[in-house]
Amino acid sequence: MADLLSKVGLYLSYPFVQYALIVGVLISLCSSLLGVTLVLKRFSFIGDGLSHVAFGAMSIAAVLKLSNDMPLTLLITIICAVLLLRTGQNTKIKGDASIAMISVGALAVGYLLMNIFEPSGNISGDVCSTLFGSTSILTLSELDVWLCVILSIIVAAVFIFFYNKIFSVTFDESFAEATGTRASLYNLLIAVVIAVIIVLAMNLVGSLLISALVIFPALSAMRVFKSFKSVTVCSAALSVGCSLSGILLSVAFETPVGSTIVAVDIAVFFVFMLLGKLKR
Amino acid sequence: MALLKCENLTLGYDGVEILSGLSFEIEKGDYLCIVGENGSGKTTLMKTILGLRAPREGSVTFGEGLKKTDVGYLPQQSDFQRDFPASVREIVLSGCQNRMGLRPFYGKKEKALALENIEKMRLSDLKARSYRELSGGQQQRVLLARALCAAREILLLDEPVAGLDPRVTEEMYSIIDELNKRDKMTIIMISHDIRAALRYSNKILHIGSEVFFGTTEEYLESREMNTLGGHGNG
Ligand SMILES: Nc1ncnc2c1ncn2[C@@H]1O[C@H](COP(=O)(O)OP(=O)(O)O)[C@@H](O)[C@H]1O
Ligand SMILES: [Mg+2]
Repeated sequence: MADLLSKVGLYLSYPFVQYALIVGVLISLCSSLLGVTLVLKRFSFIGDGLSHVAFGAMSIAAVLKLSNDMPLTLLITIICAVLLLRTGQNTKIKGDASIAMISVGALAVGYLLMNIFEPSGNISGDVCSTLFGSTSILTLSELDVWLCVILSIIVAAVFIFFYNKIFSVTFDESFAEATGTRASLYNLLIAVVIAVIIVLAMNLVGSLLISALVIFPALSAMRVFKSFKSVTVCSAALSVGCSLSGILLSVAFETPVGSTIVAVDIAVFFVFMLLGKLKR
Repeated sequence: MALLKCENLTLGYDGVEILSGLSFEIEKGDYLCIVGENGSGKTTLMKTILGLRAPREGSVTFGEGLKKTDVGYLPQQSDFQRDFPASVREIVLSGCQNRMGLRPFYGKKEKALALENIEKMRLSDLKARSYRELSGGQQQRVLLARALCAAREILLLDEPVAGLDPRVTEEMYSIIDELNKRDKMTIIMISHDIRAALRYSNKILHIGSEVFFGTTEEYLESREMNTLGGHGNG
């Protein structure tokens, strides 16, 4: 135990671990903010689809041998978010089908590109780390860190500024639209913010686990709290707490960062489920 | 110029036409009841008026400077957002959103208005409760309080008393009537309750196999004619 603590203590003195903690806190804060909206607006499909798109975009960036893949990934993911929202508006079923098409297509093409062009010689390692995050959070460049910090601050600021409008549109879109709130505009905003969050969160947990990072804290908070505000605050706190402990645990036990964080999220979810049952 | 003008409306869902060639207009201060059988297209018509659906043909025009942000709306109850974590207060307050423009946070005025409507709907004891824990009738009152917050010129109600007990139903009708008579709020209400429709409204729109639009007196007369003609049951 003392060994473990001193090991963690030693790691904490390294700048890359400090970076990881800062970025981890910011990303998990952002990713939890739209959790409720994502769960309840049936935007979770879009979220899932977009994470695959982000994977495809990252492979393209890798093939192009871009030194920094985040700007391109961000751009492609935002464009897809807007497109998916557009098609989704026509009819429900068509929307779902196009999401499935785009997301699975992006996965396949991304993997194919990586195989054909072999950007680094270690394909399965590369693929694995983009899908599951592996240690990418520990290898962030200074530029990545700044990008993450700035984007996180923008996301949080946008969320706070539009909090009441996001609530109205999420709770009852027809009412909002009928009474003169431009619901489609705010849907667009929500979609773009989700795209940014996904690209951010990819650094932390990898593309396959993003949905878990976004959805678990919200689901946990919804078991216990009753108002939108308390659920939002609670899920932000949970998300940050889980990510911090996940990162520290993964350093201590040398487990993959992303899946450790998600495992903590899942454990907390079961605790909150019990709490919710007890409260009844 | 009328407050609201519907011209030659044709409504339908992919392939199926449910209503065609409907024209009517209402003036400021009118209390219009829309009646008709289930499935005759009342809800669809209201959604078209609100701009939530585009008509297949025809047009809906707002006059006298009526803006979308002056509209209050009570949707027909459905099981939308059953699991949504939101307190009664948060939901009622969201009715004030159309007064906000780009302002991000509700101010004193909006909070006072929300509180006033919470009291009007006798929800004071429930205001910290979660919407999803309420009974159907209580949820209906919450949505009405929200609609009252939003309505500045016109209030559209889709079956406002469905699921309410008789006492609350009467209260609801008198609140709406008072809004109409005292505050000059224009009301469009879909109702199954023909007795209340005749008692409170000044205009009636009947849609279905037979279409009627006119004042409530004219509607009564036409119904008497029908009864004398041998069908209908008064
Ligand atoms: N979303 C929809 N898609 C297809 N048909 C619909 C939809 N909503 C309603 N309808 C049909 O349109 C008709 C009118 O429905 P509605 O306007 O809800 O009637 P009302 O409110 O008068 O009971 C019904 O036959 C209904 O089945
Ligand atoms: Mg209806």
